[in-house]
Amino acid sequence: MDFKKIIEKLPYSKPFLFVDELSKIDSNGVTGSFCFHKDHEFYEGHFKQLPVTPGVILTECCAQIGLVCLGIFLLSEQQDSNLENLAVAFSSSEMEFYLPVYPGETVFVCSEKLYFRFNKLKCKVKMYNTSKELVCKGELAGMIKNSANGR
Amino acid sequence: MKEENYYQQLKGIVQPYLPEDVSVDDISPDSHFINELNINSANLVDIVLDVEDAFEITLENDDMDQMQTVNDAMVIINKKRSSK
Repeated sequence: MDFKKIIEKLPYSKPFLFVDELSKIDSNGVTGSFCFHKDHEFYEGHFKQLPVTPGVILTECCAQIGLVCLGIFLLSEQQDSNLENLAVAFSSSEMEFYLPVYPGETVFVCSEKLYFRFNKLKCKVKMYNTSKELVCKGELAGMIKNSANGR
Repeated sequence: MKEENYYQQLKGIVQPYLPEDVSVDDISPDSHFINELNINSANLVDIVLDVEDAFEITLENDDMDQMQTVNDAMVIINKKRSSK
C-alpha cells in the first residue's frame, strides 16, 4: 500500500489530522512528518500570549503517524482486508516531553513496532524537530481493526 | 494439582490488569473478562500475551475469540499445554 493511499484511509480530517507525509513504512515501523500551522485554533489558548503546541497534540500526532498509519499498513498486508470499515481506539500512552514545538514548526515521527497481535498495536515512538533534536518519546498502544473482517 | 496451579497462575496474570474497583477475590471461573471484571479489549490482549509467555503456548485468533471467561482461558491453556 503506498503512502498516499494510507493517508487517504486515515479516519481524520482537518482540524484533527496531524499527518502530512510518510517517508518510510514497512512491517517493523514508519516515519512521517507534520507541520503545525500557526493558524491552529489551540494556539489561541495554549498558552495565553505564548503559543506552544500542547503535549496531548504532540502525542496525537505520534499516534496518528506511529500507530494508525502503521496499523493501516499492517492490516493491508493481511490477506482478507479491504479496510472499508476501519475502526481505531487509542488504549494507552506513556510519553516524555523534552522540547517545545512552536507554531510553524515541522516535526518528524519515527515509530518502531513492539508487537501487533489480536488487533492491538504497540509501538515505541520518537518525535524530532527540524534540527533533529528529540522533542518527545514514549510508548503508545491502540486497537485497530477492519470490522468487515468479523474479528 | 496441576489445574489448580494453572488457575492460581492465571489469577496472578490477570490481577495487574484489573480496574481499581475490582479485587482479585472477585475472580471466579465463571467471571467474564470484559463484562464482569471490567477489563478492556486492549488489556485482554496483554493478558493473552502474558499467558503465552507464562505457559509457553501460542494462541490463535480463534482462541482469542473464544476466551470470554476465566474458565474459557483455563480450557485453552489446558488444551494447549497437553498437546505440547
